[in-house]
Amino acid sequence: MKALTKEKVAWLQATPMALVFAVFFLLPLLFVLIVSFWDYNDFEMIPTFTLRQYVQSFDGCITSLPSLCTTFATYLETIKLCFLVWAITLLIGFTLAYFLAFHVRTTTWRIALSLLCTIPFWTSNVIRMIAWIPLLGRNGLVNASLLKAGLISQPQEWLLYSEFSVVLALVHLFTFFMMVPILNSMLRIDPRLIEAARDGGASPWQTVWNVIIPLSKTGIVIGSIFVITIVMGDFVTVGVMGGQQIASAGKIIQARLDALQFPVGAANAVLLLIAVLLMMRGLTRAVDIRKEL
Amino acid sequence: MEGKRPLSFYLLGTFFAAYVLFLYGPMITIYVLSFQGPQGGLTFPMNGVSLHWFARLWEGNGTVHLGEAFWRSFSLGIVVMALTVVFSVLAGLAFRKRFKGATLLFYVAIASLIVPSIVTSLGIALEFRIVDDLGHYFFGDTVFDTTMGLFTSGLGAHMTWTLPFGLLIMFAVFNRFDGRLEEAARDLGATPWQTFWHVVLPVILPSVFGVGLFGFTLSWDELARSSQAIGPVNTLPLELQALTTTVTNPDIYALGTMISLVSFIVIAFFLALTLWIQKKRSKLPNDAGKGV
Repeated sequence: MKALTKEKVAWLQATPMALVFAVFFLLPLLFVLIVSFWDYNDFEMIPTFTLRQYVQSFDGCITSLPSLCTTFATYLETIKLCFLVWAITLLIGFTLAYFLAFHVRTTTWRIALSLLCTIPFWTSNVIRMIAWIPLLGRNGLVNASLLKAGLISQPQEWLLYSEFSVVLALVHLFTFFMMVPILNSMLRIDPRLIEAARDGGASPWQTVWNVIIPLSKTGIVIGSIFVITIVMGDFVTVGVMGGQQIASAGKIIQARLDALQFPVGAANAVLLLIAVLLMMRGLTRAVDIRKEL
Repeated sequence: MEGKRPLSFYLLGTFFAAYVLFLYGPMITIYVLSFQGPQGGLTFPMNGVSLHWFARLWEGNGTVHLGEAFWRSFSLGIVVMALTVVFSVLAGLAFRKRFKGATLLFYVAIASLIVPSIVTSLGIALEFRIVDDLGHYFFGDTVFDTTMGLFTSGLGAHMTWTLPFGLLIMFAVFNRFDGRLEEAARDLGATPWQTFWHVVLPVILPSVFGVGLFGFTLSWDELARSSQAIGPVNTLPLELQALTTTVTNPDIYALGTMISLVSFIVIAFFLALTLWIQKKRSKLPNDAGKGV
């Protein structure tokens, strides 16, 4: 048998994965783009070229300013949700990673505690959402306890199926995505740098602010990309925890697809993709600029 | 570093413990509540302890054909796991050599991870719908039914989610891999296949288990990507999500507990496997310098 060159072997080895991405990711994205310019009727999609889906999505968006049209209002709402979840997961994720990286002394303990945080990630997201129902519901544990303690006179309705419960569930589900990349960055920091900062008279806060945060920047950005893209496209958490009452960029698409209006769904998917790409660009820029400085 | 812990250790330690409680507390609540008595409701207090809701679930209460959905999800998870392991290890090996398009493939994998699931899912659905339309056009409705299904579009949708994780894990392990091990094997006359099987694979085995664990659990719980692309039948998470709109009794907790149980068994299995391998290795006599 003629020996294959190294590059050919590499090609062969990469082919199965490349094929899966080509058939089930790249090609589908292309179809989303194409179908977003199609038309449809009650029965089927009609292959043609029309901007109708885009025009309708932005119907009245310019004329009705300064009041917001549905699309703008929904995106603004989603971005607000995104920002809230991002800020909270960053704060919690950073603190957890800091504890694991700099306060836990042995590798065994670090692995065990990281594993403890990872195990829920391997279980169902929907179950982790449902899990809040017995706690936050009208007759749930939180309301019952507060009533008993006399802190409230009637059950609080905003605890469940509200924006609050959506944010809570998203933080509960996705802090993991923030913690892991930051921990990864922190573990690569040379301990001598931190000693040097201490020897130079830096307070612990100054060390965190001037040494650890800048050196964890890559992890922070990667975590932020994960959290932001997940929340921007989310429709399951917003649906289940919002009692199907709260709108989001992902839910618009889902609603259109449930009504079998594929071209409209596709147009909205393209808009969502553009929004996500713009946010990613901003994020990756933020890092590169710092690197240049 | 040895000696007395600073105050910040205790504060951060408390924070960490609180987070773990936040993480596990709600889950444990529903596991407990799924054992409600027949008269029990959706929340505390417990009204007796029974397996009533599990029994009801298993019989099928009209809404959920649990048994079928269970096996569908399980077999899909196993297939996704096997393919994810094989494709990720192969691609991991490919990335150690240089090849044209390596950077592109890496970025596509990352993109697959962060493009919103609903967009990928919709794309797959459209792709298969268009193929179906063409099929109906050319072969007629009687011969041609649908190409969409669990092991076509569904399998593909899950792989776009599990493969990026598999590839990232392989990157992590091969970044730390000592290439001299392979050189030594080659110098001793091992064929590429022998080198892989006797040298490379044993070293990376714990991470390969990791890829398998991610492959199965991510598929077993996958929802967003399946939503449009799974075809005419539902997986277990989709059945569970359908139940959330009409939560009236602890059925849903029992289903949740059962799905989690499978996850925990799989997690325990892989962790035990990894520990076992490491223990076996630490016991192996060191035969360096003795020849084989």
